[in-house]
Amino acid sequence: MTVITFITPDGMSRDVEAETGMSVMQVAKRAGIDGIIAECGGEMVCATCHVFVRSEELLDRLPPRSAIEEDMLDFTSEPRRSGSRLSCQIPISDRLAGLVVEIPGTQV
Amino acid sequence: MEKPGLTERIVIVGAGQAGCQLAVSLREMGFAGAITLLGDEAGPPYQRPPLSKAFLKGSIGSDALCIKPEAYFSERSITFRPASLVEKIDRRAKNVVLTTGEAISYDRLVLATGVRNRMISIPNADAPGIVYLRTLGEADALKAEMMSRRRVVVIGAGFIGMEFAAVARQAGLEVIVVEQADRSMSRAVSKQMSSYVEARHRSEGVRLEFNAAADAFKLDAFGRLEALRLKDGRDIEAELALIAIGVIPNVELAETARLQVRNGILVDDSLTTSDPAIHAIGDCARYMHPLYPERSIRLESVQNAADQARFLAGAIMGEVARYDSVPWFWSDQYDLKLQIAGLCGPTDTAELAGNPASGSFSVRHSADGRMTALETMNQAREHMLARNELKRFLAANADLAGKAPVIADTSIHIKA
Repeated sequence: MTVITFITPDGMSRDVEAETGMSVMQVAKRAGIDGIIAECGGEMVCATCHVFVRSEELLDRLPPRSAIEEDMLDFTSEPRRSGSRLSCQIPISDRLAGLVVEIPGTQV
Repeated sequence: MEKPGLTERIVIVGAGQAGCQLAVSLREMGFAGAITLLGDEAGPPYQRPPLSKAFLKGSIGSDALCIKPEAYFSERSITFRPASLVEKIDRRAKNVVLTTGEAISYDRLVLATGVRNRMISIPNADAPGIVYLRTLGEADALKAEMMSRRRVVVIGAGFIGMEFAAVARQAGLEVIVVEQADRSMSRAVSKQMSSYVEARHRSEGVRLEFNAAADAFKLDAFGRLEALRLKDGRDIEAELALIAIGVIPNVELAETARLQVRNGILVDDSLTTSDPAIHAIGDCARYMHPLYPERSIRLESVQNAADQARFLAGAIMGEVARYDSVPWFWSDQYDLKLQIAGLCGPTDTAELAGNPASGSFSVRHSADGRMTALETMNQAREHMLARNELKRFLAANADLAGKAPVIADTSIHIKA
């Protein structure tokens, strides 16, 4: 089990136990975290599971963005920043223990 | 719509993407009254799109399909009741009656009843090995069947049939797709797009039979599926058959309650039915969209379900607007990403942009010189730009409206 921290737009944080093999998006949905909509279910067509990765020390442990993810991040409801990712594209692994992601104020 | 009071009771029939999103959005927007969410399936609400793709492939499990966990509903005082079938609506008493006889009162009722599979009616269609794909239960059963079968026939070359064909082929099955029309996905995409996707299926080894009608299933001596007999007399051997010939909107509750229905529950631009206390959203709702004033539409898509749910939550909370979200769709087959922004009309002009041989191109549809839809193949950026273009067009033309209201006469309320 890896613990992921979600920071909601109102500044609250919530730690969630994450199972290896799931994506950060799936972990958030299963835990009922508000603000991760992920309408398409992880198929990179809706860009409503946008997060800002806060853990700079873990950035290089994330898989690189695919061309489609790059494209979709240009169309998120809240504009992208350097740590922007689609949370459906971050698979959970032990190497991501302590990952902190911030949820944007809007997704649609 | 009048602003809801603290004591207002909203009952939502259907806990799919639309019904569930409505309950969630109402609470997010501060609705303080009672919400009852009635689902006909057993478990918590889940997402359907991955069922014909990642879930079937085995790359994700059923726990990854969860929209909201069950605890979410109790924490937010949403009464979620799975496995609850509604038998009828009593508009006079303002309640819905479950099959158990229990009546649940409402001040506002939302029908998010969705669709059901169109069943095939040819001989032996109830034999084992003849399956459908819409629910999690059906996807589970299909996944299990795929493990033990060698040859599958898919009846219907729409999105579901073609997506399944891709997954089954990649899983090593022999796949034959049988379709009555002369091409795949013909209701939704252009000829250019159909042929591109078909070429890929053929190069993967899928056999496509167009202009072919199913006549009967042939069973072996043990009653197991052996072949599909076509109307032209040919037999297609298969041990497994997926029926993907479309869906039928669940309008019976509305119809029996004498709401206006026409291949969908008719709603106006605030998603209200011919009874002002009853709304319909998602796959079951038929409405006029200002981008397509020539015809009423009923869309079977996640975008439509979620956007209508969010819109209706806002409208219930007193936001004044019309529903006009830009429709969009997608289909993943192999590594192809087919996306559609807008809706292609039957008489639109279609123009190809880019070279299909490069693996990335688009087909632009237009009517009267303006874009009605853009189909893209592996061009996520162009797809998103097209959605924005249609959105801007709508914003600049707020006076656009359907040629005729979809609901003929809203003064007819309760008669019987």
